[in-house]
Amino acid sequence: MSRIAVTFTLNGARRRVRVAPMKRLLDVLREDCALTGTKEGCGEGECGACTVLIDGRAANSCLIPAVHADGATLVTVEGLARRGGALSALQQAFVTMGGAQCGICTPGILVSAQELLLRSRGRVPGDAEVREALAGNLCRCTGYQKIVDAVRAAAREAMPARARAARRAPKARATAKARRTAKRARRAR
Amino acid sequence: MLTLPRFEWVEPRTLDQLLDHLAAHAAESLMVAGGTDAVPNLKHRLHEPRYLVHIGRVEELRFVRDEADGLHVGPLVTLADLARHPVVRRDFATLTRAASLVAGPQLRNMGTIGGNLCLDTRCTYYNQTFFWREALGFCLKKDGAVCHVVPQGKRCVAAHSSDTAPVLITLDAEVEIRSRAARRTVPVESFFVADGIHNNVLAPGEVVTRVFVPARARARIGGYQKLRPRGAIDFPMLSVAFAASRRDGHVADARLVVSALAAKPRSVTGLDALLADGVLDDAAIERIAQAAAKQCRPVINIPYDEDYRHAMVPVFVRRALREALGLPPRAAREVVTA
Ligand SMILES: Cc1cc2nc3c(=O)[nH]c(=O)nc-3n(C[C@H](O)[C@H](O)[C@H](O)COP(=O)(O)OP(=O)(O)OC[C@H]3O[C@@H](n4cnc5c(N)ncnc54)[C@H](O)[C@@H]3O)c2cc1C
Ligand code: SF4
Ligand code: FES
Ligand code: FES
Repeated sequence: MSRIAVTFTLNGARRRVRVAPMKRLLDVLREDCALTGTKEGCGEGECGACTVLIDGRAANSCLIPAVHADGATLVTVEGLARRGGALSALQQAFVTMGGAQCGICTPGILVSAQELLLRSRGRVPGDAEVREALAGNLCRCTGYQKIVDAVRAAAREAMPARARAARRAPKARATAKARRTAKRARRAR
Repeated sequence: MLTLPRFEWVEPRTLDQLLDHLAAHAAESLMVAGGTDAVPNLKHRLHEPRYLVHIGRVEELRFVRDEADGLHVGPLVTLADLARHPVVRRDFATLTRAASLVAGPQLRNMGTIGGNLCLDTRCTYYNQTFFWREALGFCLKKDGAVCHVVPQGKRCVAAHSSDTAPVLITLDAEVEIRSRAARRTVPVESFFVADGIHNNVLAPGEVVTRVFVPARARARIGGYQKLRPRGAIDFPMLSVAFAASRRDGHVADARLVVSALAAKPRSVTGLDALLADGVLDDAAIERIAQAAAKQCRPVINIPYDEDYRHAMVPVFVRRALREALGLPPRAAREVVTA
């Protein structure tokens, strides 16, 4: 079959590839763009290992014909790191908190979690909300809890400093009150 | 690795271009919207079209309009967008619920309401690779002459598996269908037919162009209950949708649909008689649950035990009705005091 030109924005850069129109986006990313972070698990939409962001939404790249991605803005796991390759808060949280074991599911999970973090900017999604957002990603190793913890930790970190301070405020007030009580107690003695 | 077969990609930008293409080549074309059903099926060589017609760029088919007569939804609206739409959440909560129970998040981001309604039926002997099907021998639905589920049967009994369709039936929803020559509107209930090979009334060249939920369904109470192996992603092995209008403690217009059993969703009949005077109390719920179990007969078309699925019919009917009344899934056990 003749090849066609497909153009998209991939992790911030314009890319143009000439591929068979029915080549799966997953294979285009891995073979034509040499980005092998995106994995194939099942090839049938069941496992989420191939998850990428298409125009900001998580989707299974194993189910998407290359032509479908023409004109789209794509983000793969390689696009999550900060400029210069430093890990993002989300990636760092997975490392620190043991969110990855064998690692085959990790790129897809990071991408699904990224969609959730973009959607819930400014607040920390609850345990159930994180589980719901990751429902399309299978992990056979971790038992999921550490993944959920890592996503929530990253969300906490991403909150603007002001919002974080507001969350801390009740505690700060409590401490002040405790200090006053202690002072009163000292005076009474 | 499961690859896609070869075909020509056609990408109309307007409904006119789409209808023109289909008028000339309907028999050799397969439409794809989100592709989450069509693409796996293509990989299994269940469809072998010459043209793959991507309808996802026909922007005029993507709209949600809340109007006085009801809610108008374009077929390209994704299940994720439908489930999050404020009007759907407010007025048609069971539709939100059903759409959020389809597959997993990535598939709901791609999958459309049109594709969900036109979802191919499912069967243990059909949703398999070409290699698998060839080894056993092909079946009626694709390339063969026998049915492996009902060997003497002349008809395919593969399971209707869409989550939104049963709910849309209980809401008296309609679909608008267009072809180059005509435009017609059919109730979602009569959109489906009891033939697993092609379980809807779409003729070659016809496209679903709108889903319409009438305003009278807005105030209905309802419930949607789905039984599936894994809560995170699987197709239903049984689904139950219920809706009714409620006026001063009494219910009217009650609709109960049980699906994922056969090629056509089953509307449970005789509800008015079972709901003596429109009182939906524990006794009525029990009568309806038993009637539904009598009217439904699962077969071994999908890989889950048919006796189990049958035993779960009254359980899931009870839950759907209790959900509609805002009650917890199970009635509290009576406390026996000695
Ligand atoms: C792992 C997995 C799990 C799934 N679980 C579920 C589930 O639990 N419940 C469920 O309901 N579905 C499930 N699905 C199926 C699918 O994801 C959804 O039904 C989805 O809504 C299909 O929409 P689509 O746009 O992707 O359809 P497509 O694949 O694009 O199309 C499906 C069919 O509809 C036809 N079609 C599409 N749009 C139109 C139109 N406007 N007019 C006429 N014909 C049209 C196509 O020609 C094709 O035959 C699952 C899929 C996978 C891969
Ligand atoms: S029900 Fe029978 S004919 Fe239909 S897909 Fe299954 S085996 Fe084939
Ligand atoms: S490889 Fe795409 S979902 Fe499993
Ligand atoms: S870390 Fe091994 S599958 Fe998730």
